[in-house]
Amino acid sequence: MSIGSLKLRGRVRAVLGDNIDTDIIYPGRYLNITDREKTAEHLFELAYPEIRAGLQAGDFIVAGKNFGCGSSREQAAAALKFAGAGGVVAASFARIFFRNAINLGLPAIVSPDVADACAAGDELAIDLVAGEVHNVTQGRIFAAASLDQRAVELLDAGGLIPYLKHKYIEQRRGPCPISV
Amino acid sequence: MGMTLAEKILARASGRERVCPDQIVIARVDLAMSHENADLVRKSFLEIGVDRVWDPSKIVIIFDHRVPAESEKTATTHKAVREFVAAQAIEHFYDVGRGGICHQVLPEEGHVRPGMVIVGTDSHTTTHGAFGAFATGIGATEMAGVWTEGTLWFKVPATLRVEAEGEFRPWISAKDLILHLIGRLGAAGADYRAVEFDGQAIRRMSVASRMVLSNLAMEMGAKVAFTPVDEILLDYLRPRLAGELEAIAPDPDASYERVIRLDVGEDLWEPQIACPHAVDRVQPLSALGEVPVHQAVLGSCTNGRLEDLEVAARIVAGRVVHPRTRLIVIPASQRVYREAMRLGYLETLVAAGAMIAPPGCGPCVGVHQGILAAGESCVSSTNRNFLGRMGSKDSFVYLASPAVVAASAIAGKLAHPESIVQESEPCLLEV
Repeated sequence: MSIGSLKLRGRVRAVLGDNIDTDIIYPGRYLNITDREKTAEHLFELAYPEIRAGLQAGDFIVAGKNFGCGSSREQAAAALKFAGAGGVVAASFARIFFRNAINLGLPAIVSPDVADACAAGDELAIDLVAGEVHNVTQGRIFAAASLDQRAVELLDAGGLIPYLKHKYIEQRRGPCPISV
Repeated sequence: MGMTLAEKILARASGRERVCPDQIVIARVDLAMSHENADLVRKSFLEIGVDRVWDPSKIVIIFDHRVPAESEKTATTHKAVREFVAAQAIEHFYDVGRGGICHQVLPEEGHVRPGMVIVGTDSHTTTHGAFGAFATGIGATEMAGVWTEGTLWFKVPATLRVEAEGEFRPWISAKDLILHLIGRLGAAGADYRAVEFDGQAIRRMSVASRMVLSNLAMEMGAKVAFTPVDEILLDYLRPRLAGELEAIAPDPDASYERVIRLDVGEDLWEPQIACPHAVDRVQPLSALGEVPVHQAVLGSCTNGRLEDLEVAARIVAGRVVHPRTRLIVIPASQRVYREAMRLGYLETLVAAGAMIAPPGCGPCVGVHQGILAAGESCVSSTNRNFLGRMGSKDSFVYLASPAVVAASAIAGKLAHPESIVQESEPCLLEV
């Protein structure tokens, strides 16, 4: 996987439906876990525990509309990332989940038709610049929304923390006065 | 062409003359709110490595999700946040027993002003749209960025306008209206959109009822959800806020993506229920048949305010909670608690068999104070009924209005308040 060139490759671990909510992704009872790595242990725990069991590094989760709806809990995106998911490809995302994913450096790819034409185990090659998802196994290509420049920069930096660290610490500048 | 309220506030906060939907702007943040997850924010903030938060007077931290601490883990989290608050001289901190649910405390204590940009590490931050604020939820790491920079990027949302006219039928309220809308539009029906609620049915509502609309609009994906800044709201705000208050409003010629018009008297004949396990699985009560209720929950940032406790007290006064049912009541804040005590609502509720839990999120987030066992059903005035939300993945949560929660607690099954309280009957609530 290379985020730098905005090309991703991996296997589809699971294909899920619409409105996969944050309680499904990461149950509320574990919200007091604040070590991001440890959140991975509870990914999809109540509804689909088998997904995590067989997840290999770089695997994609594919889903329908409104993936990540519900809570603002960042642990939902963190659990996916630290369980090793290479990204989520969905017909659409709930807005807070989408921002959390990008801020943690987890690719969130909007592609309206992939969920309907994809099976677990398929190999995907995703080009975020060209805006396409190639189902290598089935030999089909689907359109994907190209990422906003800001999201590209954040993914490239590995997430918001390294991005801001670079901006404020490594460049040896203090927080600048707000200029808007 | 004019601007919607969302466009107007974002234009101002980003120093622009005007903005339009889909434009990306960097906006000044006026208020940054967190609860227990301030600990996650703190960790991300420390990782970034800057020394000080951008403005300790603009950060508000309110413990509500696990109060009082239910475990050593939570106690440790609370402690870490307290120490951070002291070290950074964060001015507004509401510890256990001082505040209540963040979305109740924020306006109640005078932190919210029309026209503000508010971000909170809680999805129901949309609640503050009821005070004319552009208010939305963000994640913890993003909040660490706000604590660092004091700004945030937003995509300007298109606006969906809901105009509600007419008079509510007896026992029908704001909760039924918003559940009905969520059912019609779906869980993604307002994704990325701003919502403006207006019309006479909204303008006649109390501030508490308007908060229900802005709060639950999140469950159809709304980024922000406004109700009008009018005299009723300004009357609420004046004693709490110094200085001029601006009656900010959308321009009459603003452009809307969609306008939905409804008549609350004609379109809402009976209570609306969101069935397990999705908030948009909404049915009129009569369509559900007999649903036994093991637990009834009255509370949360959606419906734990004084008027909610009042309607429940009126329904249960002189009656007892059904033997099969536990009724848990959670006042939304310390102020609501004291006021409900003073007015006798708590006395009435406790006499009927209710258990009063401390102000906070209670069982809504499924960590304490009323967890459901496998096979149990709960009717709740809260905001989410996702699988496993309140306990076992094999339990069932039905979302409903406070009146339906109270009536169902008495009946031991989902019930219409009119089946409990006869029209001719005198109210036994002594006030």
